[in-house]
Amino acid sequence: MQGTIGGPAPARLVAFAFGLGLLVAVGGTAAAQQHAGQYDQVDIEYGAQIFAQRCVVCHGERGDLLPEANLRSGTYRNASSDRELSRVLTDGVPNTAMVPTGYTGSELTALVAYLRNITTYDPTAGGVALGDPERGRELAEGAGGCIYCHRIGAEGPRYAPPLTDAGARLSAATIRRILVDPNGAMLPASRPVRAVTEDGEVIVGRRLNEDTFTVQLITQDERLVALDKTTLREYTVGTESAMQPYGEIFDEAELADLLAWVLTLQGFER
Amino acid sequence: MNAHYRTAFAAPGKVRALSGSLMDAACRMTLGAPSVLVALAAGAQVTSDQLVDAAATPENWLTYSGTYLSQRYTTLDRITPENVDELELKWVFQAASLEAFETTPLVVDGIMYLTEAPNTAIALDASTGRIFWRYQYDPSTEARPCCGRVNRGLAILGDRVFMATIDAELIALDAATGQPVWQTNVADPGLGYAMTLAPLAIDDKVIVGVAGGEYGIRGFISAYDVDTGEEVWRFYTIPAPGEPGHETWEEGGDAWMNGGASVWLTGSYDPELNLTYWGIGNPGPDWNPAQRPGDNLYSDSVVALDADTGELVWHFQFTPGDPYDYDSVQIPVLVDLETDDIASGKLMLWANRNGFFYVLDRTSGEFIRGTPFVYVNWASGLDESGRPIETPQGPEAVTYPGVQGGTNWYSPSYSPNTELFYVTVWENYGSIFRPVEVEYQPGRVFGGGTLSGPIPGAANLPGFGRQPVNNWTEEVGNGAIHALDPRTGEQVWRFPTTDISHSGILTTATDVLFTGSREGYFYALDARSGELLWRERLGGQGANGPMSYSLDGEQYVAIAMGVGLFVYGLPE
Repeated sequence: MQGTIGGPAPARLVAFAFGLGLLVAVGGTAAAQQHAGQYDQVDIEYGAQIFAQRCVVCHGERGDLLPEANLRSGTYRNASSDRELSRVLTDGVPNTAMVPTGYTGSELTALVAYLRNITTYDPTAGGVALGDPERGRELAEGAGGCIYCHRIGAEGPRYAPPLTDAGARLSAATIRRILVDPNGAMLPASRPVRAVTEDGEVIVGRRLNEDTFTVQLITQDERLVALDKTTLREYTVGTESAMQPYGEIFDEAELADLLAWVLTLQGFER
Repeated sequence: MNAHYRTAFAAPGKVRALSGSLMDAACRMTLGAPSVLVALAAGAQVTSDQLVDAAATPENWLTYSGTYLSQRYTTLDRITPENVDELELKWVFQAASLEAFETTPLVVDGIMYLTEAPNTAIALDASTGRIFWRYQYDPSTEARPCCGRVNRGLAILGDRVFMATIDAELIALDAATGQPVWQTNVADPGLGYAMTLAPLAIDDKVIVGVAGGEYGIRGFISAYDVDTGEEVWRFYTIPAPGEPGHETWEEGGDAWMNGGASVWLTGSYDPELNLTYWGIGNPGPDWNPAQRPGDNLYSDSVVALDADTGELVWHFQFTPGDPYDYDSVQIPVLVDLETDDIASGKLMLWANRNGFFYVLDRTSGEFIRGTPFVYVNWASGLDESGRPIETPQGPEAVTYPGVQGGTNWYSPSYSPNTELFYVTVWENYGSIFRPVEVEYQPGRVFGGGTLSGPIPGAANLPGFGRQPVNNWTEEVGNGAIHALDPRTGEQVWRFPTTDISHSGILTTATDVLFTGSREGYFYALDARSGELLWRERLGGQGANGPMSYSLDGEQYVAIAMGVGLFVYGLPE
């Protein structure tokens, strides 16, 4: 694979895929379908839900209504890799009823995951994943306490990362991982940092950005602070998230509700 | 009101008068003093002898890597460790394209030639950045370069500059006018063939290689007549049935036909040996060697070709049957250094994407030594012939270095003054590889698997776009500049950086090392100690290395960062 800042080919593809919120992406052809393991069940589930709402009118419930675009055949005329499949979903197919769409990153991840597993997906299996968003909202505002740290739209504190468009930006699988393993899933960029300046002032905050010589952060009292690392007396980066693992306080059904609620947070555009 | 009218009408009038008088002057010159015109035309000439002796004219930068030896080292000495912190911005050229700006400019007698994405060539005044001409080639929509519509620069020979395009065309332009002289199709872009490299001009030929290692191409290096554009020779980087080396593909049946082995960076040349050296990319499909059993020559190798005929004189393979995408396209750095190793002193230094730093005898390709310069676990070391002693990590285990390698395509530098080799490194960077069986489909990605980083859910790679935020700190590893001693393979110093880097390196006769970074810094280190001497924040990613030239005795350093070319010099 090549490298460019565009560099490497596949590397690029992977990078591009991340941009779309796809965590697995570079792959091959129909053979990818044999690798169900690379797609998260939560994404498959979410994809099935979107498919049922947006795709069945033309493609049919099973996905095989159009002979020229049989989604159960295992191959696609205009795509082989997941990246290409995402592009078809986004851009549509010229001169057909498949028009360009405004799918978000999480929706694309989910649709690709579902399409890759459409022949083996069992809608009656149940038990996983997506619950009732309204019950999820009640948990977020009640026992879960999400809104006491996270800002949504114009309301809430700013110290934790905002959730305004979390449901569009993060795949269903990523959101679930954050809920059950906040330390493991925390983006490195969001880690807590502690700095002691030359004057002895202690500054604690959530990291927003960092390079060799400087660090940018937001403090607990919501100030944006930039520091020159070369002048600090002390500087440490932590790996513990302030968020509790929700698997410890909620059961599977409640987690599924909470996840369904986060997926409704689609930002201002929608 | 009237004044406005006068101004409005006066200006075009002046322009007409000016062009009229220029036309007159040109006509007079043609009629009365033809020798003046000839002299003007000759001013743009670069002879092949000048390219061979490029080190003798350090005011110019005549090839992608500075000289045929590809050391990215300048003998210009006005900028020193003592005064480097006085450097000031002289001018900036802003690319019109917002796509990745990966060019290394050429400079010939005060004229700078560079490219911007996708395939626009530009000549400008190296003292001000003002443009003489701009030639915009619009590549075919058939083109499908894997990793962005990038171009890394031009070659110059005679009165022509040469540009390789992402739809696999080679174009010769008149260096004085920017008008095309000839255009030759090198390969079919619809099958994934592309060109992103700066060509290499040798003698009366211009040499290129093809990218597309992720699309099931069959790679090659080919040479074209500078006058006519006709192909003079072609060397396939995958031998056909019956040719030596084909046995390394035989077990895979037809796998050789789509086996990749692309060529996407500029080679080097030893005029005494008349050998041109090129690094070869990964075999395809990238991550599934089960579909192409064998060593897969000449993927992940360096090949030494007779520059006249393209015949293979020797080869050395770094990573046989590669499952990790360890392209060996790094710039072959040619060094003449007295050591106990070989009498001729003719070495080739190579910090490979696979994590080992190699020293080879460039007369024969013989392996001299190879030492890991980053943490490596895919091999426990190299045997006497330089072949890796492989230690595959197994399913779901992390392989180091990761898919982008310990280093990649960013140009290293060698200083004959310090006798050290300098390279941009990714430290502590690993990937989990998951092979998948894939079927070749013409023009489609032929990757053969997926990969991820060592932390579940965390990215394996930083975003390659112009990302303003360093999101992947720690998990991806970190960047560093390493100084390596070719006599021992040992690290002499390292300068670690928070983010990884895609920038190449320039060293000077005064032991100043210049490089850029993804973080947006253009900075200078002491080439002997690694101490930071100077830094400037330019706010965009560095995606190619710095170069140097001089005008009227004043030394300049230039680097492409973000979508600008920034040129620095000392105060007057």
